[in-house]
Amino acid sequence: MRVHRWTSIQFKRTIMADLRVKIGAVEFKNPVTTASGTFGFGEEYVDFMDLGRIGGIFTKGTTILHREGNAYPRMAETPSGMLNAVGLQNKGIDYFVSSIYPQIKEYDTNIMVNVSGSTIEDYVATAEKINALDKIPAIELNISCPNVKQGGMTFGVSCAGAAEVVKAVRKAYSKTLIVKLSPNVTDIASIAKAVEDEGADSVSLINTLLGMAIDAETRKPLLSTVTGGLSGPCVKPVALRMVWQVAKAVKIPVIGLGGIMNATDAIEFFLAGATAIQIGTANFIDPAVSVKVVDGINEYLDRHGYSSIYDIIGALDM
Amino acid sequence: MKKCSLDMVVSANISLGDSHFLLKFTQEEPLPEMLPGQFVQVRIDNAPSVFLRRPISVNYVDRVNNELWLLVQKVGDGTRKMSEYKIGDTVNMLLPLGNSFTMPKESQSRLLLVGGGVGIAPLLFMGSTLKQEGFEPMFLLGARSEGGLMQLDEFKKLGKVYITTEDGSAGEKGFVTQHSILQEPIDMIYTCGPTPMMQAVARFAQYKSIDCEVSLENKMACGIGACLCCVTQTQTGHKCVCTDGPVFNSKELSWQI
Repeated sequence: MRVHRWTSIQFKRTIMADLRVKIGAVEFKNPVTTASGTFGFGEEYVDFMDLGRIGGIFTKGTTILHREGNAYPRMAETPSGMLNAVGLQNKGIDYFVSSIYPQIKEYDTNIMVNVSGSTIEDYVATAEKINALDKIPAIELNISCPNVKQGGMTFGVSCAGAAEVVKAVRKAYSKTLIVKLSPNVTDIASIAKAVEDEGADSVSLINTLLGMAIDAETRKPLLSTVTGGLSGPCVKPVALRMVWQVAKAVKIPVIGLGGIMNATDAIEFFLAGATAIQIGTANFIDPAVSVKVVDGINEYLDRHGYSSIYDIIGALDM
Repeated sequence: MKKCSLDMVVSANISLGDSHFLLKFTQEEPLPEMLPGQFVQVRIDNAPSVFLRRPISVNYVDRVNNELWLLVQKVGDGTRKMSEYKIGDTVNMLLPLGNSFTMPKESQSRLLLVGGGVGIAPLLFMGSTLKQEGFEPMFLLGARSEGGLMQLDEFKKLGKVYITTEDGSAGEKGFVTQHSILQEPIDMIYTCGPTPMMQAVARFAQYKSIDCEVSLENKMACGIGACLCCVTQTQTGHKCVCTDGPVFNSKELSWQI
């Protein structure tokens, strides 16, 4: 270990590539952010990493009212990934505004609130309350949660449903609006175009893939809800394909996520067309992984002689 | 209590029967502060079927030899991989995680620690801490048969040990809740083991109006309160076993007892 540390200091470069990216009106110091539902509100990770090193944090999904979420068991490990069925457990937007926001607003990184709802009115009311918070520069509209009975993914699986909720929120929310898309659709690019047409500033994809797991011995499902959302490296090829398809179809920036475990995975998403990335499930394996991905992207750009992250966005060599 | 990610070195891997083993880990620096009831998240490398870390209770912290002990049962691929660790292997873990058992009040002198199976793991650390604090802990340990009883010599150094086995091959025959020691006055119970055993112990404690703390082991992903996967239902809604627990007062849980 000591030798390794010595060599890394010895060869540390002083000139680094420009990692800054812009999504809507929001400037990010680098394109590495953490995905909603995997990073709490950031404070869970402060013992392991410096939050100021990453571009941003997408908070745990927040709804208009407190939600208890689904019954245990809510998680099952799967080959190279996991299923979850948390079901948007959260204390509601008023609790966020009064108790969480004051604690996180001084973080030296962009905090984007993930907003979910059962009805269009819920989404609008939640977004309006966040609009009033100075230090929240963007929201991520979650129209793709597979683990709730009402709302969530039902909006995100049709162009009309997605457009309707984005249109309503766009009227009520003046800052940067990112829409998180579901992969559980036939043609994700058409949904992305539909939300772009209604004024979304960016799309993030993919949310989890609907899946299930069974215990053959007991003949029982492993999740209380039977089905849940699949994440982790097992979904990366699907996510990459969808990011590539959507980036070709829309003009707004795409935020890519799905199974990113390291800097090489992140680079693949940039090449496919993502302007920024989110790290999700990997945070559970290594709570400091996001900072390592920032360093790894820097090292890659340096090694290939690129001066800016924009040099590799959509730079897939066909 | 600050959490950290440490690369620890395996200093011993001792087989305890067919399905259990004791791992000892060390490092050059003194081990960080840990409390009885807390756990670590072990990263399992080089096991293709294992993706997540494995939460394991702290069995004992040996300050003299600067060793962390983990008592593990072979359950699936993750713990099977751990059973193959060799002396000198490096293993990454997050620690210390979770809350801890509550120290008794001075007026509470008759303390019973009730463990079943691999659930005895955190009770050794709790017992040693209680003894250091001047208490005289008693242990009630249960297993299916004599072969399933572990670390008896260690427990006997800390206090009186009472045993039940389901087949009667050691101690009194039956379940822990049937042991005659429970007829004596008890001020506080700490328990860890299979859920039905802990529920039976909690039921007994409630009936006798004895304070009772239980240590849960729900399936976890992150272990640090971020993913909200490991929740248990309590009187005040879902709580994370990893950060609000793993130790709960039995009255706090929504157990049908």
